Amino acid sequence: MLGDPIELESVTYAYGDGALRREVLRDVALRVAPGEIVILTGPSGSGKTTLLTLVGALRAAQAGSLRVLGQELAGAGEGVRVSLRQRIGFIFQSHNLLGFLTARQNVAMALELDGAIEERARLARAGEMMAAVGLAEHTEKLPGQLSGGQRQRVAVARALVHAPSLVLADEPTAALDRASGGEVVRLLRDLARSRGTAILLVTHDPRILDVADRIVMMEDGRVVSGSAASVLPAGAPAGLAAPGGAPRG
Amino acid sequence: MNALTELRVLPPPGTREAPKPPGLAASTRLAVRLAWRQLRSEKARLASAIAGVMFACMLVFMQLGFRSALFESATTLIGAMRADLFLMSPMTLASFRPEPIPRARVSQALAVEGVAAAAPVYLAQSSFRNPATGTRRTIQLIGFDVEAGVLDLPGLASVREALKQPDSFAFDARSRPEFGPVTAMLAERGAFPVQIGNRDLRVVGTVELGSSFGADGNAVVSEVNFRRVVSARKASLVDLGAIRLRPGADLLATQAALRAILPPDVGVLTQAELRAHERRYWEEATPIGFIFSFGSLMGLIVGMVIVYQVLFSDIAGHLKEYATLKALGYSSGYLGRVVLGAAGILAVLGFVPGTVISSILYGVVADATFLPLNMTVERAAWVLVMIFGMCAAAGLLASRKLRDANPADMF
Ligand SMILES: Nc1ncnc2c1ncn2[C@@H]1O[C@H](COP(=O)(O)OP(=O)(O)OP(=O)(O)O)[C@@H](O)[C@H]1O
Ligand SMILES: [Mg+2]
Repeated sequence: MLGDPIELESVTYAYGDGALRREVLRDVALRVAPGEIVILTGPSGSGKTTLLTLVGALRAAQAGSLRVLGQELAGAGEGVRVSLRQRIGFIFQSHNLLGFLTARQNVAMALELDGAIEERARLARAGEMMAAVGLAEHTEKLPGQLSGGQRQRVAVARALVHAPSLVLADEPTAALDRASGGEVVRLLRDLARSRGTAILLVTHDPRILDVADRIVMMEDGRVVSGSAASVLPAGAPAGLAAPGGAPRG
Repeated sequence: MNALTELRVLPPPGTREAPKPPGLAASTRLAVRLAWRQLRSEKARLASAIAGVMFACMLVFMQLGFRSALFESATTLIGAMRADLFLMSPMTLASFRPEPIPRARVSQALAVEGVAAAAPVYLAQSSFRNPATGTRRTIQLIGFDVEAGVLDLPGLASVREALKQPDSFAFDARSRPEFGPVTAMLAERGAFPVQIGNRDLRVVGTVELGSSFGADGNAVVSEVNFRRVVSARKASLVDLGAIRLRPGADLLATQAALRAILPPDVGVLTQAELRAHERRYWEEATPIGFIFSFGSLMGLIVGMVIVYQVLFSDIAGHLKEYATLKALGYSSGYLGRVVLGAAGILAVLGFVPGTVISSILYGVVADATFLPLNMTVERAAWVLVMIFGMCAAAGLLASRKLRDANPADMF
């Protein structure tokens, strides 16, 4: 066993320089086990998104140790970060699908980075993934022809099609109504579960906290509860949903 | 959620290693395909970009066409002379405005072994009265020794005898139309008098030479008749000496021998050297060559700006998409190839119709100007290279905008 998908140790991060320097992460430690679904929540401005971009190698680390999928990100260059991103699934607040590609082609984009897969296999896998998110009938539609919930499900398919060991999601339900938001997150959870994919999901939405194996609270750049060691049973964390928990969407 | 049952067919969760990236060829193909999918999704933008490239392509073709027509037409007379070596004044800048040389030099050349024949050629600008309208235009008068056979123009053989008659001339049927419908009138009523300079000469037939930037039209006359028209000219002066070699004689050795015996008031040039001399005049001593190069450059710059605009606004309008691709693990280099791929597609899509239209335009302009304009494979290849260069430069400039696509802003 190579260790957990996410192993963060005393991660500190600051925006700006000199007088403008503002520390937004302070000595953060976080560990996510294989297949574990962790929700990261906390008040606005507490540093959740910043933490997620660091874990996702979308931003260069500054201090502390960040091992993601076995790759140390402290001091890692652009090339290392780019290739690490290929092994992670991302789900954004808005779907961010490419408008000029069909839903299936969008999903296949996550596979075009793998030279071992042929075009036919790529489209077949993308099609299977589309079916898995319940969009078998919509593979050839452009994102503009789909509803918001369907688009976000396409985004889920894109995040999972290359079978990543880790999925990062930042408020994936923010742009959706209650019903489709819940549907998308549960779909994500079920698919991840069945494939042993770990998920780190940032949300303010109290209605979706029940999908988590564990909830981590952040406040002012620090993890204040649900520390890396404590594991809460799924469905039990209602009490942790309070601060800053107003739904955004 | 019933779709969950299908999950078994999907591969197990990922390997710990990053996927092996596709080879350069494969990933470039994918990048170009992505570029094409993006381009074709916005038809109006694509059309304007293609129109821009097409326009640049046509501009360059026309400029290069004119340029080479100019150079070609400037040497058609020299090319029509059946001579291996030429005697010309070293002061002559271009043959349409020659400095005369002593006639004696032409006879002196005969003394050199290897020289089979040497004949004088006379060139002068004279005025030609349009027989239909009576207006005067400048025509190039070409005088030569009818017997020596230095001049070899289509149609000349049949008028050779007639040119020996006093005050006769052959008209260049490919002169510009402003000289009047001489060919038609000749066919209608036979030989008729036309005023050249201050004399009436009878047109006895036609030859084919073609107009050039130096001469709108040509009239071919015998040596004797030339003297009658250009009476101010001293009989001891000629403009060019045309020298034919004996079969088997060495060109360069004969040239050297001629240089050795002739005084420095004449230069000895091979046919190729004389052509190069003429070309150089138009290229360097006149602004014309520069104007056409400049015109081509302007076309390329305009095309580049248009392509840049289209590619830039494509990136600026899709920053989020590009940032998403970066988040998915696409490198900046790959996305740069997408932009360059789009540039390459535009180059091809603009070049093909641009070349077709240019070929058609060449025909139209050649008919109107009597300049030798035609599409050559070599020129098309050059223009293709330039258009590709133009689009690549635009693509490289536009792809700097990719830096603004920051995947960290996506969350
Ligand atoms: N690019 C940036 N440059 C400078 N400061 C930033 C930048 N991004 C975020 N910040 C600041 O860093 C702090 C943490 O921001 P972050 O986006 O991580 O918070 P968050 O917990 O995700 O908030 P929210 O719940 O509102 O999304 C905030 O005070 C924010 O203003
Ligand atoms: Mg945030």
